[in-house]
Amino acid sequence: MTVYLPIAELSVNILIILGMGAAVGFLSGMFGVGGGFLITPLLIFYNIPPVVAVATGANQVVASSISGAITHFRRGTIDIKLGTVLLCGGLAGATLGIWLFALLRRLGQLDLVISLAYVLLLGTVGTLMLWESIIALRRASKNEAVTLRRPGQHNWIHGLPLKMRFKKSKIYLSVIPIAVLGFCIGILTSVMGVGGGFIMVPAMIYLLRIPTNVVVGTSLFQIIFVSAYTVIVQATANYTVDIVLAFVLMIAGVIGAQYGVRVGQRLRGEQLRALLALLVLAVGIRLAVELVIPPKEIYSVVSAGLGF
Amino acid sequence: MRTCLALLFCGLLFAAPLAAQAEPIDFTEKLDIGISTDEIAITSDFRGADLTIFGAIDGADPGLLAQGKYNIVVALEGPKENTTVRKKERIFGIWINTHSMTFEKVPESYSLSSTRDIETIAPPGDMNNMGIGVDHMPLTPIGFIGDGSNLTEFRDAFRRLRETTGIYQRDPGGVQFISSSLFKASLRLPADVPNGSHIVRAYLFRSGVFVAAKALELRVVKTGLEQAITAAAHQQPLLYGLVAVLLAVITGWLASIVFRRD
Repeated sequence: MTVYLPIAELSVNILIILGMGAAVGFLSGMFGVGGGFLITPLLIFYNIPPVVAVATGANQVVASSISGAITHFRRGTIDIKLGTVLLCGGLAGATLGIWLFALLRRLGQLDLVISLAYVLLLGTVGTLMLWESIIALRRASKNEAVTLRRPGQHNWIHGLPLKMRFKKSKIYLSVIPIAVLGFCIGILTSVMGVGGGFIMVPAMIYLLRIPTNVVVGTSLFQIIFVSAYTVIVQATANYTVDIVLAFVLMIAGVIGAQYGVRVGQRLRGEQLRALLALLVLAVGIRLAVELVIPPKEIYSVVSAGLGF
Repeated sequence: MRTCLALLFCGLLFAAPLAAQAEPIDFTEKLDIGISTDEIAITSDFRGADLTIFGAIDGADPGLLAQGKYNIVVALEGPKENTTVRKKERIFGIWINTHSMTFEKVPESYSLSSTRDIETIAPPGDMNNMGIGVDHMPLTPIGFIGDGSNLTEFRDAFRRLRETTGIYQRDPGGVQFISSSLFKASLRLPADVPNGSHIVRAYLFRSGVFVAAKALELRVVKTGLEQAITAAAHQQPLLYGLVAVLLAVITGWLASIVFRRD
């Protein structure tokens, strides 16, 4: 059963797209991540032009982060003030990212930079997460208390000026590192089509020492707006958002996510983190292998239309 | 020596008009073609299409026709775009696009059908002049290309890649005579055929000499919803982007209501 994608300008098997959306949705529900870092590479493996994959991936991230954020909003685990500071940095980062995206596309190095960025980020984050969760798993097996956050400790980040009080998070922190983090994630959103939750959440916990209970909700809050902004700018500047592809992915994604959440609830936190780390590493390695092994075809043809 | 040159000059002077007179034999043959439709619609389940073109040779010599001296080539050329070929090289262990060459206005798709292999129909020089066939279409590089030593390499790569992806095709038996002077040509449009104005070109050859040509336009258009979406994306991009976001918001919001657990 095929469906024609009007913006990507090719026919695809709708069952494969539904399957991808559902699988990524399942994993994102299980691990509590947006899934953009999985969906964009998968679409590229399936011959969707990378420019379309990145812009459409961002659209799918809007849907999955909305449904997550609503749940957090009901529970009151979003720090709107902190999220807004992140968002200001994020919008600036996304603007720079879209400019960068167009520049790299012109130079013919967009595919390389997207792949390298994925390899670097997924490799680093995956390794760190795996390391941390193995330590946690060992402690758990020895029945020691698992301490993720050490509130007494401060690092150089807490010495920065322009401090602001965030009541909900119960922290007193400079706005500079928060906006810088938002800025970096914003660039990633527009260049790679990811929400960036898988980087933002650990960074907020380990670097900024923000309490774990508000971290996920607040990062989702920022992701919604930055990815929505990315979608709109990509649509106006590059005409690369495929609404048909995005809709099929969203529908399958939100349904898959519900089953993922149920499976996720049966697993322990450190087990989940170890599995997510393995998944992140696997995607990173798959992309790294592609860069290193001699390609079957060293030439590529691109016309002035899509592609890059 | 001087007389020799003068003679040569005279010779050239006389030879030129003679050759010009000898060349255009007054061909009596005319070529006519027709397609059942001038528009191919791309619907949501589009998987490519077969196109049949009918044609007739008017005023053909029955003797030559019987001997099979007439050959027909039909080409369907897609819309033309500047196209870049890139080449990867290994740098610091990873494969990076290093060299590239852009060719001016080459067809996005190309489907060729003929009575037999076009290399046996007319000399390669003639095919090059007319640009008939994947191996003969003009590939003119744009911009600085250095000493041009890698021109052949990039041209060959372009032709090979376009043929392996099926966007360029050839069918050396695709044109068949259905009566003494009527013929039909089958052309295949791949599933990823580009939208826009395509041109069907038919060429008639007699004993290896080009005689007549005819061209028709064929439009490949998206229809219905696909057309509406593409038009919206390009004409109202801001609104389109907002609708895409709104769709995501509604989907996410509905999902959180339908699957509400707490």
